[in-house]
Amino acid sequence: MNWKLAAVAYATIVRKETTRFLRIWQQSLLPPVITTALYFIIFGHLIGPRIGEMDGHRYIDFIVPGLILMSVITNAYANVSSSLFSAKFQRAIEELQVSPTPNFVILLGYVSGGVARAILVGVIVTSVSLFFSRLSMHSYLVTASMVFLTAVLFALGGFLNGLFARKFDDISIVPTFILTPLTYLGGVFYSIKLLPALWQAVSHINPILYMINAFRYGFLGITDIGLGFSYGITALFIAALFFLNLKLLNAGFGIRR
Amino acid sequence: MTVALSITDLQKTYPNGLVALRGIDLQVEEGDFFALLGKNGAGKSTAIGIISSLVNKSGGKVRVFDADIDRDFARAKSYLGVVPQEFNFSIFETPMQIVCNQAGYYGIGRKLAEERAGHYLRQLGLWEKREQMAQTLSGGMKRRLMIARALMHEPRLLILDEPTAGVDIEIRRSMWNYLTAINQSGTTIILTTHYLEEAESLCRNIAIIDRGRLVENTGMRELLGKLQTDAYVLDLAEPLRELPRGLPSSWELTGPNVLEADVPATGSLDALFEKLAGHNIKVRSMRNKTNRLEQLFLDMVEEEGA
Repeated sequence: MNWKLAAVAYATIVRKETTRFLRIWQQSLLPPVITTALYFIIFGHLIGPRIGEMDGHRYIDFIVPGLILMSVITNAYANVSSSLFSAKFQRAIEELQVSPTPNFVILLGYVSGGVARAILVGVIVTSVSLFFSRLSMHSYLVTASMVFLTAVLFALGGFLNGLFARKFDDISIVPTFILTPLTYLGGVFYSIKLLPALWQAVSHINPILYMINAFRYGFLGITDIGLGFSYGITALFIAALFFLNLKLLNAGFGIRR
Repeated sequence: MTVALSITDLQKTYPNGLVALRGIDLQVEEGDFFALLGKNGAGKSTAIGIISSLVNKSGGKVRVFDADIDRDFARAKSYLGVVPQEFNFSIFETPMQIVCNQAGYYGIGRKLAEERAGHYLRQLGLWEKREQMAQTLSGGMKRRLMIARALMHEPRLLILDEPTAGVDIEIRRSMWNYLTAINQSGTTIILTTHYLEEAESLCRNIAIIDRGRLVENTGMRELLGKLQTDAYVLDLAEPLRELPRGLPSSWELTGPNVLEADVPATGSLDALFEKLAGHNIKVRSMRNKTNRLEQLFLDMVEEEGA
């Protein structure tokens, strides 16, 4: 293994990916800001006061962490799936395939690009939320680590989607039919304690629930799930997706004929 | 002599059952300018795809210099530069970004990459366009951009898959000169092309693939030596109604002023003109009916098909 080559190649991919999403900021950075601002206005200001408190916090303060994490999830996933598919579609992925860049570096580079966009969007959405809520910080460490791990996990998910995708529709199916429902049902807008016992149990199958709860703990100091368990589940998914992606890349799945 | 590329029993069957390569053996020596010819679908691009890791092989071995592409893929790839048939870069990036990123994938730092980018983009006439989006470049510029990109890590073996397809003759000629200069500086070049005069004028050795098999692998001179006759098209000063008696029956009038004549490869053109003068036929101009290599190529792949 030539580590100097790996380091330069990694930096090159991250630079290329970052340049790409900054170049198309109207598509990559602006829409999440507008969408979450609308959530803050409608759910926070118009409907929120009628709901009252949730777990001892104003409703808008309760939903802000979930909305931030929702933007992080969506953007980490979309950045990697669309960038990888676009590279496949334009055959630009061949630039990497013919080079001696190791596959794990390709994977890490794409994932880092997705994480960079997700965190930038997260910071922007958090800044916007300050206009609507009184955001406090219970634990910087939990907040920062959970946003990072969540971005990594969904960037890996986006990479997997990009490998499988054969047409543009294929990169919108998972976000529309799986990610969005799981995020909405993962406790962005409510505490799962409000659900009947059966649906509380069903909710525990949803991995996003653990991330949103841990992230909310970072801000508000409240959670429906144990923190250690949330970190464990997230780490488990990251490891599984990383090795699955690497195995598929090594086999040339979706990119080699 | 060092072997730049060694292919042994290379096979490829695609998942849909199409057999693209049926056990090819090939060696290209270091410093060679080698032509790999074949009709569309013969298996050339598949072979190049396997060598450059874009296609999974079904069997066989490939070595690039001293590196096996399966066991020592990083070193094998570092020796190799590839100019593919189809454009394969992001059209939303600039030539500068495209070539510098490619250098980065080979572990070349940004400073050196920018120096080399300046060198190759200037040499290939793309310096003025370096900050324009690649989608605004003409077809010829895009082809040259792919050559510049493939040279960024200064490969020892350069594979060009139809690099001059769709390029006008002026640019094609300048690309020939450029490739000749690269070859003379020590880079081994493998070229596939449909312009057979390109292969004839540039390459020293040649292999012909047909239906996934190698049907010829020899020196260009040796191959052209197999040619039995040369065919010429003569533009006559005066029209002729029919071919005068005494001229070879294989000659043919294809128009009142156009005579097609074949001459044994071992013979001389003087004999042809003497025969014409004997019948008071004056010639205004003449040209080869087909490129010599083209004739041989067609004979070989037709013979194989039969």
